[in-house]
Amino acid sequence: MKPRHKKLAVITAGVTALGFAAVLVLNAFQSNLVFFFSPTQVMANEAPIGKSFRIGGLVEEGSVNREEGTTVRFAVTDTSEAIQVVYTGILPDLFREGKGVVAQGKLNENGIFVADEVLAKHDENYMPPEAALALEEAAKAQKASLTQ
Amino acid sequence: MIPEIGNFALILALLLAITQGTLPLIGAARGITTWMALAKPVVQGQFVFVLIAFLCLGYSFVSSDFSVLNVARNSNTELPLQYRIAATWGSHEGSLLLWVLMLAGWSIAVSVFSKQLPDDMIARVLGVLGLVSVGFLSFMLLTSNPFDRLLPAAMEGSDLNPLLQDPGMVIHPPMLYMGYVGFSVAFAFAIAALLSGKLDATWARWSRPWTTVAWVFLTFGIMLGSWWAYYELGWGGWWFWDPVENASFMPWLAGTALMHSLAVTEKRGSFKSWTVLLAICTFALCLLGTFLVRSGVLTSVHAFATDPERGVFILGFLFVTVTLSLLLFAWRAPKVGLGGKFDLLSRESMLLANNLLLLVAAASVMLGTLYPLIIDALNLGKISVGPPYFEAVFVPIMTPAIFLIGLGPISRWKQMSLPSLAVRIRWAIGVSVVSAIIVPFYMGEWKPLVSFGLLLAFWIVMSILVSLKHRLSNSGQGNVFVKLAKQSRSFYGMHCAHLGVAVFIIGVTLVNGYETEKDVRMDIGSRVTISEYAFQFNGVSDVVGPNYMSVQGDIDVFKDGEFVRKLYPEKRTYNASGMVMTEAAIDTGIFRDLYVALGEPLANEAWVVRAYHKPFVDWIWFGCLLMSIGGILAVSDRRYRLKIKERSKQFLDKKFTETSQATDSAAKPVSAEGGAALASDTRKV
Repeated sequence: MKPRHKKLAVITAGVTALGFAAVLVLNAFQSNLVFFFSPTQVMANEAPIGKSFRIGGLVEEGSVNREEGTTVRFAVTDTSEAIQVVYTGILPDLFREGKGVVAQGKLNENGIFVADEVLAKHDENYMPPEAALALEEAAKAQKASLTQ
Repeated sequence: MIPEIGNFALILALLLAITQGTLPLIGAARGITTWMALAKPVVQGQFVFVLIAFLCLGYSFVSSDFSVLNVARNSNTELPLQYRIAATWGSHEGSLLLWVLMLAGWSIAVSVFSKQLPDDMIARVLGVLGLVSVGFLSFMLLTSNPFDRLLPAAMEGSDLNPLLQDPGMVIHPPMLYMGYVGFSVAFAFAIAALLSGKLDATWARWSRPWTTVAWVFLTFGIMLGSWWAYYELGWGGWWFWDPVENASFMPWLAGTALMHSLAVTEKRGSFKSWTVLLAICTFALCLLGTFLVRSGVLTSVHAFATDPERGVFILGFLFVTVTLSLLLFAWRAPKVGLGGKFDLLSRESMLLANNLLLLVAAASVMLGTLYPLIIDALNLGKISVGPPYFEAVFVPIMTPAIFLIGLGPISRWKQMSLPSLAVRIRWAIGVSVVSAIIVPFYMGEWKPLVSFGLLLAFWIVMSILVSLKHRLSNSGQGNVFVKLAKQSRSFYGMHCAHLGVAVFIIGVTLVNGYETEKDVRMDIGSRVTISEYAFQFNGVSDVVGPNYMSVQGDIDVFKDGEFVRKLYPEKRTYNASGMVMTEAAIDTGIFRDLYVALGEPLANEAWVVRAYHKPFVDWIWFGCLLMSIGGILAVSDRRYRLKIKERSKQFLDKKFTETSQATDSAAKPVSAEGGAALASDTRKV
């Protein structure tokens, strides 16, 4: 092979490899993006069925209910709508009624959110941004309906 | 009074940093020796003032001076002394001060250990470091002054985040910062080389040990962070692909690439521009990491306050640094030249491929970390990218890189014939494939992913043996031990670090393949069994800690029916903040960890208990430790020490002749100029 051809071969190989990597990365990226929906949006059927997503809001007061074993039921509310959540496992230390929470999981056919991950962050006074957003949106919507 | 002294010391340090970042650089460009000579004393002065500021802050924390805002927010009179000291760098402001202190420390180290460097090079390197220091000092003074007063003073502080009240957390940030800041030295060397146009193998030899040391610290710091997360966060994971972790992992990937590329530049003179670009890239990623962690764009344990001003400042600093460096690079790099040629099949091309793979990996981590932030900033909604993405991307990208880890050291520089390479590796490949297929059967269950992970690890180990064999057979006469003693420390360092990668992979593979996690309801006296271990819950009791109340579980561990030991997991409630923390109890072993954590109380004194069996999990951190040790071995190589001795001798000789010449001829003009420079300098200060 002439040096020029060699160089060309190296460049082609490099570009192919990078292209392959890019396809791989973007593909994985596409299929692993997790979107966020507020309880109001979920109630309006905007959330996907059968695909994992996140919901956020406050843990509704008095809604936490322990069942057999380690299964817990609770409701996540943005003050206008509430979603029933079922979760099996250990809740984080900062999970409290009336405090902010974010859960990741799927909706089942009964409209109950089956969480496989519940996040309540590391600080007592800290509100997960997703939960804060959900509350804000709901407050706005309520205001709008009042003025109408 | 003490905080004001600290504040004043910081301002003086900033002024000195400005001097350090301007005069020596101008001096080096214009050839004014006295201006260049200013660099060293100014560096020392800056270090002293930053140290004073740091000690003042430390004193405020130790003496619980709650009239200082930073102390009131992050400390408490009940906090044990060691954590009050650690709280000095536990807050946002304090950690920046630590950063600047380390930068000053690294600068001193450069000025002390670089006697072999030409004067203009030292002046340029220290000048660039001065500019970096200007950036951070003004960031601190303008947006996050650690000495801001709180008037009237608080009666009691609101406590250090309990998560940070842990020995691991006392040393994790300093180690990580030593790494981050260390890469600014590599960056300074790169910029200095671009400015001077002297970019050759000698330059690489100067820059290399600094880069390796920074990498060692970063590796060790990341390891500590991961280990801390494992035992302190209470759910037994060791890496979460959390943006904060990614922030330290991206510079690590780029820094690893830089270290390897520097090796080529030193040994073969190739890849010069590439090396410089990598140095810039690594430092930019360190800045990006700081931005992510410190600006509050990420809300996690590390983001102390959400303050847009801070984010804008760091982003601006990042932008200016990257733009200026890249412009300088575009302007000067074409003059650098290409260096030694090499064949398609050679150690150089393998290192190049490894570099590319590491960078692609860093880029994919960056995509997953930044994309949600960008989408959020543009108000396009909230999304998150979780571990599945990173795992799906990382394994295929790193697999060829790991194959190359084995191949690189075996192959020759410049060119290598395919048949001879094949002959060298056939045994290594054969043995590693066979053992990777067989070993999982002994672990209980054969799983394809486990077999694959082990294949990568065994391949590294086998290739190290092959490389060692070839080295020894080419090392002349003598028995094996004589030959082994002949090899250089950097050779052992490289293999030690690569072995670390293998150990790390074994740990990750076996934990992922065979770990058992059970979250169960446990009544008093009930047992849960995981593989050959049984855990018996004997109830809980109350324990009073120095600044917390704790509920302590009592769990007996049995192996095949025989009592092994007791474990005491805790649930702590911190007095000052009311925060609840899970303290896991871990029985550490070489081949497995037993991990028990309390979940939450149920009726009838029962608890939800988390019981894990984690085979080989400690190998993960042990692997990282081996990588660090490898780096230390490489830095302690004879050739660096010899060079320093030889060079300093040469340097002294040169200096002697120079001074004698100077007294002969050009003494007057130089001293006059120097006097003017000094005068203007004192006025500035």
